[in-house]
Amino acid sequence: MTVPPSVAEAAAQGRVDRRTLRRRTGLMRLREAIPDSVFTSAGFVVPLLLLFAWSVVTALGLVKPLFLPSPLSVIEEAWRQVSTGILFQDAAISTYRIVVGWLAATVVAVPIGIMMGNFRLFEGALEPLISTARYMPVVALIPLSVLWAGIGDEQKILILFLGTFFQMTLMVMDNVKNIDMNLIRAGQTLGFSNAEILWRIILPAALPGIWDTFRITIGWTWTYLLVAELVAAQSGLGRRIMDAQRYLATDTIIFGTLFIGLLGLVTDLLFKHFGRKLFRWAADR
Amino acid sequence: MSPKVSIDAVGKVFGTGAKEYLAIDRIDLMIGTNEFVSIVGTSGCGKSTLLNMVGGLTEPTFGDIRIDGQPVAGPGRDRGFVFQGYSLFEWLTVEGNIRFALEKTALSKPEKTELVREFIQSVGLAGFEDAYPRQLSGGMRQRVAIARALVYKPSLLLMDEPFGALDAQTRGMMQELLLKVWDEHKVTVLFVTHDVEEAIFLADRVVVLASRPGRLKRIVPVSLGRPRHFDVVTSPEFSDLKRQILADIREETLKVMALDGA
Repeated sequence: MTVPPSVAEAAAQGRVDRRTLRRRTGLMRLREAIPDSVFTSAGFVVPLLLLFAWSVVTALGLVKPLFLPSPLSVIEEAWRQVSTGILFQDAAISTYRIVVGWLAATVVAVPIGIMMGNFRLFEGALEPLISTARYMPVVALIPLSVLWAGIGDEQKILILFLGTFFQMTLMVMDNVKNIDMNLIRAGQTLGFSNAEILWRIILPAALPGIWDTFRITIGWTWTYLLVAELVAAQSGLGRRIMDAQRYLATDTIIFGTLFIGLLGLVTDLLFKHFGRKLFRWAADR
Repeated sequence: MSPKVSIDAVGKVFGTGAKEYLAIDRIDLMIGTNEFVSIVGTSGCGKSTLLNMVGGLTEPTFGDIRIDGQPVAGPGRDRGFVFQGYSLFEWLTVEGNIRFALEKTALSKPEKTELVREFIQSVGLAGFEDAYPRQLSGGMRQRVAIARALVYKPSLLLMDEPFGALDAQTRGMMQELLLKVWDEHKVTVLFVTHDVEEAIFLADRVVVLASRPGRLKRIVPVSLGRPRHFDVVTSPEFSDLKRQILADIREETLKVMALDGA
């Protein structure tokens, strides 16, 4: 692999004059690159502008605090929850439910999705059912889930499971289907059995895709948290928000919502980070 | 001498019920030991299907295919396969990809290491042992695929448009590399392509298939000497062969277009 001549070298030899280099600039050219620094700071500017607008609107008293509390009172609420420790209790119990619900969905969805992606019989048998089930409103299943699983953690986990499982199965099926058929053929010509091809070729080839499915679906599990903690929950981040609604504590609602969003983002980043470490061989990750 | 591959009245039916159609209709073909045979034809003439049947990846609906006198029953390690896409195991290095092909052999670990090294050398990839496929260019990836298909010493190499995705310059280099490897390792090659020039340049015989259904149209012996240099493509002899085969394919293309009502 060759190294192209560097501009510095060419400039030193007097073949290129840096001052006369034409560099096209402008931030609004179709699909053209912009400096990294501009790209990154743009992502901070928009939230800061929103925060600023929020502060101005509440400071000038344009909206009643009941409808929109000031950023300061949201921060005070955050401090109250941190100092009394209830934030950590809530976060711990909610994270536990998310992790168990999502893991339960994963443990079932991955093998089924793999079978569906590899054998037309399984796809034919299960795809219509699962495609229908994934449009079921999970909220509507709350009464049944209480009947089946009681009012303890099991019921919350069941709701999270139902919200995640069907989508995940179909996505894993697609991940498996998307691998190059010639990889399987190569395995066959090299004398590997079906089981070996499944374990040693199909699975590693599909794994980066499946990992992405994990990342996306655990994000969805976070969004189902409120639904899961809607009924008969004593604690949890979702429960806190539902309780706050009763007392019109809008600062608690806003803080709770932002905090769930933050935890969702952290989960997403963790998956991205480990995905990059695990699948160095895969392109553009 | 008995043929390396004998294809005897072989046909293939695809689909069932109302969608059933005859893709290949009674092809007879004998291929000799260490012969290099190219198969050309319009797209959809069944040339890849024929190759897959010899490879044991799909079964003929009727007729017999024998390799060294033995009927083909599924894929086997007497045959190596190189596919059109870059069908490498992306999670393994160059070395790992080639070594993977030796896993089902009874060789000892040092023997495997030695073989892998030999074949990396042979396809000109020394120094890239630890690279991952995504770090390689298209031509280099196909070199890995060729090494992987040959390292376990199959006697028959099946190639399905292996250079189809490469640019013209790389393709030329790969053709010369393939001829070198073929000469070094003494294998029989069955090479499917839609590039007539490539087919002639490489082969001892060019098999032209007719379309709808796939049928043998003509077998063209290529009497150009070996080793072949790239400038043979400008010789009058080469041009004559090319003209003849292109005329055959054009005839088939027109026939297919008429069938489609285009």
